Amino acid sequence: MADVNNTRLGPGERGVGGLREGEGLSVNGRSGAAYLKDNLREYGMLLALIAIVAFFVILVRAMIGVDFLNPQNITNLFLQNSYVIIMALGMLLVIVAGHIDLSVGSVAAFVGAVAAVLTVNMDWPIYAVIPAGLVVGGIIGAAQGYWIAYWRIPSFIVTLAGMLVFRGLTLWLLGGQNIGPFPNSFQSLSTGFVPDIFGPDRPNYLALVVAVVAAVAILFMGVRSRARNIAHGMEAEPGAIFWIRNGIMAAALVFVGWKLAGFRGIPNVAVSMAVLTILYAFLAESTTLGRRIYAIGGNLKAARLSGINADRLTFFTFVNMGVLAALAGMIVTARLNSATPKAGTGFELDVIAAVFIGGASSAGGSGRIVGAIIGAFIMGVMNNGMSILGIGIDYQQVIKGLVLLAAVIFDVYNKSK
Amino acid sequence: MSVLLEMQSISKTFPGVRALDDVTVQVREGEIHAICGENGAGKSTLMKVLSGVYPHGTYEGVIRFAGQEARFRGIHDSEAAGIVIIHQELALVPLLSIAENIFLGNEQARGGVIDWRETYRLTEGLLAKVGLREAPTKPVGDLGVGKQQLVEIAKALSKNVRLLILDEPTAALQENDSQKLLDLLLELKAQGVTSIIISHKLNEVRRVADRVTVIRDGATVSTLDAHAGEVTEDRIVRDMVGRDMAHRYPERVRNPREVLMEVKGWSAKHPEHMDRDFVRNVSFSVRKGEIVGIAGLMGSGRTEFAMSLFGRSWGKDIRGSVRIGGREVDVSTVPRAIGAGLAYVTEDRKALGLILDEPIVTNISLANLRGVSKSGVLDEAAEQRVATRYKAAMNIRTPNVFQRVVNLSGGNQQKVLLSKLLFTEPQVLILDEPTRGIDVGAKFEIYGIMNKLADEGRGVVMISSEMPELLGMCDRIYVMAEGAFVGELTAAEASQEKIMSLIVREHEAQEHIEMEAAHG
Repeated sequence: MADVNNTRLGPGERGVGGLREGEGLSVNGRSGAAYLKDNLREYGMLLALIAIVAFFVILVRAMIGVDFLNPQNITNLFLQNSYVIIMALGMLLVIVAGHIDLSVGSVAAFVGAVAAVLTVNMDWPIYAVIPAGLVVGGIIGAAQGYWIAYWRIPSFIVTLAGMLVFRGLTLWLLGGQNIGPFPNSFQSLSTGFVPDIFGPDRPNYLALVVAVVAAVAILFMGVRSRARNIAHGMEAEPGAIFWIRNGIMAAALVFVGWKLAGFRGIPNVAVSMAVLTILYAFLAESTTLGRRIYAIGGNLKAARLSGINADRLTFFTFVNMGVLAALAGMIVTARLNSATPKAGTGFELDVIAAVFIGGASSAGGSGRIVGAIIGAFIMGVMNNGMSILGIGIDYQQVIKGLVLLAAVIFDVYNKSK
Repeated sequence: MSVLLEMQSISKTFPGVRALDDVTVQVREGEIHAICGENGAGKSTLMKVLSGVYPHGTYEGVIRFAGQEARFRGIHDSEAAGIVIIHQELALVPLLSIAENIFLGNEQARGGVIDWRETYRLTEGLLAKVGLREAPTKPVGDLGVGKQQLVEIAKALSKNVRLLILDEPTAALQENDSQKLLDLLLELKAQGVTSIIISHKLNEVRRVADRVTVIRDGATVSTLDAHAGEVTEDRIVRDMVGRDMAHRYPERVRNPREVLMEVKGWSAKHPEHMDRDFVRNVSFSVRKGEIVGIAGLMGSGRTEFAMSLFGRSWGKDIRGSVRIGGREVDVSTVPRAIGAGLAYVTEDRKALGLILDEPIVTNISLANLRGVSKSGVLDEAAEQRVATRYKAAMNIRTPNVFQRVVNLSGGNQQKVLLSKLLFTEPQVLILDEPTRGIDVGAKFEIYGIMNKLADEGRGVVMISSEMPELLGMCDRIYVMAEGAFVGELTAAEASQEKIMSLIVREHEAQEHIEMEAAHG
């Protein structure tokens, strides 16, 4: 890069350098409250999740007299929501790229059915079934992504078609019947637990150790990135808020670890979820691939003129979504211990809702993996809590719908301020 | 002449910024009053105060309109009083007809049923008034920008406007449409319509304005009276920037060296009208250290040519060859064009150039993410260093590189866009209308940057609608018309008249060809 420094600058040098209307008013050193107000969206959903959990803790205790956060229920929260979380990772990228995928529920069901046929009817071993299922998911994603990326057919339409097609194919493949049960090896995909290396006795120390290590890692990485931001003159979180937020996260992790230790330890799905979450957060925030996906969602034409191959990236996001839907489908099938024609019905709505509750913009270009995870947990905790309270499926749907609407209204309101 | 509008000591404060500080403007009945000022000087804020977007009570000062104190609570109130603003971005619905647009929200209806005969009758009258010969049923989307502007004015007239405010009305118009619009303003003035015109184009201001109010940094600097001979471009510029500007273009030692890029026989078809070439057999060259201009009216194919050259970003069936540094290069995709050392800075920085919601740092690295990453993993510290370096080099005025681009002024946005493409380390830069919609001070800075780039031995191609700018900056000027290069002038021989006559001659030749074809 040749130097463009020392460019002679004429008239503009004088007073216009001051702040213009609405330009750059944020400066370091404002009060914590003001900061919190400006970044309400960032914290709002985390606070909402905490509030919802607290709400159910109180209500479940008062009405049924049990602890909402008992070890078994916490384990259940992971088992029940793993599929939403896993698919939300892919859906976030799809939505950030400016698209939508309505087919994920049907694709999950179809791949679950394929896995069932391979395992139960054809006796394939699990180490062959899982890769085969993921490949099928990838091919389905590619088939849909091809029309969306290279033929510019709206994703809403392509995946609506996919939703119908793969639901139909699931019915056809299963012949309208359930297929099951599965051998233990396949079931362990969902209901298995990580063995405790510290010995088989309770409590499960591994769960506790892992949680503590993770909590320390979060604190360490938070401190490091905050120091880096400050060094680069970026607006950093005020110290108090930083410590409270990270403190809550760390405490929640240790708490969950401690509870899991009191039951059967870390569920296998929690491991897959955690690994995938870290992987996708890294991909979204720290790689050129992720940056480019945000760019095509933020301004497609500008991204193209910047030399970004938008078609290929769009294609990739759908292939990726297919693979994750396949994984989720196999986990759900393993958990139910049978492949059913109705499996995965309405999953797409839970997943899309989770991503939007988590703050992604329906116009594309913005949204975070962490947000999508929090959104998924909000949906999951509500599902679980309302079921424990015995609230009918009718009211559950109404409440979930209203929460989605409220979250997005909150978002829009925040931006319009 | 009586005073129609008086804005007395208007002040408006936003959190942390005093956008208007004791601004006073007086508009007389039946005059054309121009308001000039750099971007960010407060013109738009002032108009928002006047039209009630910022309602009474959110500002200090008094507005008197037609002899009464006005306390507008919203646009509805100001329109009811007869104040109509036509914004830079036109507010028309492209799929609706001219008549439907004119009476949108003000339908000629009885009990909710539209009286089409009355609607068309009134529309015809209004169109005659603004000199637009089009059928009232024609969809607005089929009209050019110039004609759409006239529809907007007709719409304003349909509301019995007493004060017409035009915000940068000619920004998107080509030369002859601009002239027509200005003529119309003068005609409306003769009919007694008072108007306020906000414009950067000082020659236009000089042509039509009776009086000029200059605003700088949110305060009134001066009110100049054309009839007293006070309105000259130099005087306005001096008041706008707060200093004399003897030289509107920075000095440069012109030192073109060997040929850097050579384009031969470049042609391209319109993606929707494939019957003939839209860009026709263009050949040209740029030397190292040279600034070459491409003059031409809007619609002459300048942008289409540049974008077809830059990775086939426009057009179909593209033919021709490009040599950079003596070697034939492949520019068939944007990454390849960038790799070959070519960069194109778009004229439409908001739609095609920047991701407005992202911060400066993300925008600058976007076209060269490899330069701030290792095996696909971003190095954020390096990315921030790069952005900070450009912020300093380009003098991007903002507290830090984490500001979202949407909040920057036009000039600063343009600098961010330039930085993005400079970070791809191009040898040849094609700058498409690099100073459109930015203020005088920022223009001067952009010119300085262009000179610097040429001094570094790069080739700079400048596309512009503003001929004085081309004449002031370029070593050579190519003239484009009807998709072809119709002339080449050196700095010494070029003049506005020569450029225009080349363009006109080509238009006439084309019409001749079409007539011949029509007559078989």
